[in-house]
Amino acid sequence: MSEAVSHDSHHDDHGPAKGLTRWLFTTNHKDIGTLYLIFSLIMFFTGGAMALIIRAELFQPGLQFVDPHFFNQLTTMHALLMVFGAVMPAFVGLANWLLPMMIGAPDMALPRMNNWSFWILPFAFAMLISTLFMQGGGPAGGWTLYPPLVLQTGDAFPFMIFAIHLMGISSIMGSINVIVTILNMRAPGMTLLKMPLFVWTWLITAYLLLAVMPVLAGAVTMLLTDKYFGTSFFLGAGGGDPVLFQHIFWFFGHPEVYIMILPAFGVVSQIIPTFARKPLFGYEAMVYATATIAFLSFIVWAHHMFTSGMPIAGQMFFMFATMLIAIPTAVKVFNWTATMWRGEMTFETPMLFAVAFVILFTIGGFSGLMLAIVPADYQYHDTYFVVAHFHYVLVPGAVFSIMAATYYWLPKWTGKMYNETLGKTHFWLSMIGVNVLFFPQHFLGLAGMPRRIPDYAIQFADFNMVSSIGALIFGFSQLFFVWVIIDCVRNGKQATSQVWEGAEGLEWTLPSPAPYHSFETAPEIK
Amino acid sequence: MFKGLWKPSCATVAVLGLLAVNPALAAWQLDMPVGVTTLSDMIRDLHREILIICTIIAVVLFAVIAYALFAFRKSRNVKAATFSHNTTAEVIWTVIPILILIYMAVPSARGILEIEDAGSPDMTIKVTGYQWKWGYEYLDNGVSFFANLDELSAEAARLDSGIDVRDIKHYLRDVDNRMVVPVGKKVRILLTANDVIHSWWVPQLYIKKDAIPGFINEMWFTATKTGVFRGQCTELCGRGHGYMPIVVEVVSEEDYAAWVIENGGEPSMVSTTEISADSSVAAL
Repeated sequence: MSEAVSHDSHHDDHGPAKGLTRWLFTTNHKDIGTLYLIFSLIMFFTGGAMALIIRAELFQPGLQFVDPHFFNQLTTMHALLMVFGAVMPAFVGLANWLLPMMIGAPDMALPRMNNWSFWILPFAFAMLISTLFMQGGGPAGGWTLYPPLVLQTGDAFPFMIFAIHLMGISSIMGSINVIVTILNMRAPGMTLLKMPLFVWTWLITAYLLLAVMPVLAGAVTMLLTDKYFGTSFFLGAGGGDPVLFQHIFWFFGHPEVYIMILPAFGVVSQIIPTFARKPLFGYEAMVYATATIAFLSFIVWAHHMFTSGMPIAGQMFFMFATMLIAIPTAVKVFNWTATMWRGEMTFETPMLFAVAFVILFTIGGFSGLMLAIVPADYQYHDTYFVVAHFHYVLVPGAVFSIMAATYYWLPKWTGKMYNETLGKTHFWLSMIGVNVLFFPQHFLGLAGMPRRIPDYAIQFADFNMVSSIGALIFGFSQLFFVWVIIDCVRNGKQATSQVWEGAEGLEWTLPSPAPYHSFETAPEIK
Repeated sequence: MFKGLWKPSCATVAVLGLLAVNPALAAWQLDMPVGVTTLSDMIRDLHREILIICTIIAVVLFAVIAYALFAFRKSRNVKAATFSHNTTAEVIWTVIPILILIYMAVPSARGILEIEDAGSPDMTIKVTGYQWKWGYEYLDNGVSFFANLDELSAEAARLDSGIDVRDIKHYLRDVDNRMVVPVGKKVRILLTANDVIHSWWVPQLYIKKDAIPGFINEMWFTATKTGVFRGQCTELCGRGHGYMPIVVEVVSEEDYAAWVIENGGEPSMVSTTEISADSSVAAL
């Protein structure tokens, strides 16, 4: 097989450089993909450790472990690390690894920028995490950074803003790279509507990133000038408006949540057909649904702010627009179900995670629809119901899809099969843990427990304890994930190039592990 | 330590019993508490309705998926079909959600209009959020006070206080000064904040709105029952966010009049039912 992809250029095929410089100076999409994925895993564990401290504190009423101010730092940092450090880089890592292989290209279009967009991240997050040790502690105003509260941050403030700028620059460079790669480097014959769905969802995601990261940069820059340079963009006393920040933030923030879920849709749309041994149902409908969701994501932002005192017309508009999102999302869920229908299914670990994604993401979708109903949202808003909602979308949603993707493509990346028993153990522990962790939070919210509190009234004690037990199960079962990966690299059996019986797509025509420069000669697409 | 851990587990056994005894404050409470205002049933019904619709769709969808997972597995020697389109099915499962959404959108829109109709209130209270307490000013009769977390809770809430918070009645949900309002009167709340954004919420009153520094938000309720109803700040406002409870006591009109006098207010203004919105805004 490797002969089939050998090239006819004049220089010899050079492998990776040796040692640290390989990783520092690499311009190879696979090396950079690996860096992104490992970085993401480290952030996942760091943010996860913070979540475990949060859940430990909430295990019982009363304050046992942390000071309320540190608790607020933990919730803030947990969110920032998970959103910008774990989920987004994981998808960029997957994009790096997979896009060139899926479209029949040798590498990403802009390799040096690729290197830079990754290497910004460790510095950005080192700076962000270092704020925890500064005078006044880390940022404690929530990841939503609402002023005036966020302006009370101590020395950490400018570092946090600068870190967010760096993450934004990294994301913008990454998304430019994705767009240029997909639009210019597809193998001959691969028209847009022949691209695998993962490529499609990433193309749309990259446009979303490009559109909204500058908005976030603008918002945090205005925060910076409000704090240090005497402006009053968001300060009522100076003629500004704190709610203006919320509008700008959520104009970024809502597309941002789709940035974290659209590539997940792509991953699941690759995996389910493979293990159902049946083509994806409604490919074009899936593409259009993704594009529709992306468009709608720009006109629903204020549904995060129904209690901020919006005019009636505003509330109506954002309620109706938000409800509309249910339609393309429902189409997607039905299409995945129809893909499984009358298939020939087997349930290897990637498929287990993908099926769990479909079911649990749908639960998060339902609570999202409930949150759109404005009169009821007044009750749900800023309670644990919201916490349950977005964690259902992000953990058994986005994170499960990342795990599914890892198991699915790991044999292609490493050339070795992972241990199926270990993988399934990881799945079932995660599956049980995540539901015990997040489902009771719906009840807590409905009963009246606000989010972001370090201590609570006695009536919330029972479900909080259940939730914390779930957190413990879910958190520690992730060690299995690391174990599976290390075990795969060290002891895995040699994988075939096809890996999965039902797998289709260009990446499976490459040997396992895939060669350093994926496709040196573009494959022909019929 | 283990004794403390054990208590809730015992509660597990008694879960149904507890739910039956006191639905509003029971442990293991599964749904919103029953409200005590003229609009609370409407809002709760909307919540129930969308919840039931979602549950029905979920049950049907998950049943289909479960059947597929069972029936179409390779180990049962099925042969994979090859279809990848079915226009009829796709149209049906696009149109049905649209119809359901329209069905939900109409009463929800009507609900917004009812909730936002804050006109002709019987009385107006200006509520101000501070880090970390609430200030109350009765604009019609001159009563004003602050409401802090009660001392028992405040002491027990400290890190390593050594006090079992389960022994404290209404832990973190009690204040030194309650907001007292008469039953059956339309109470308008003008909401603002002094420092950062707070949010005023009492679950059983079914109203929540942000208190924003420099701006005034408006909301209202008419309580249909007397009693004491508890809530707390719901917008992250810093270190003490979890420690600024709200306690509203709904009393009879006579008791309210007495309370106003007791607190140095003008009783004559209590019965004033025709305070126009303009005049009370001017009073600000």
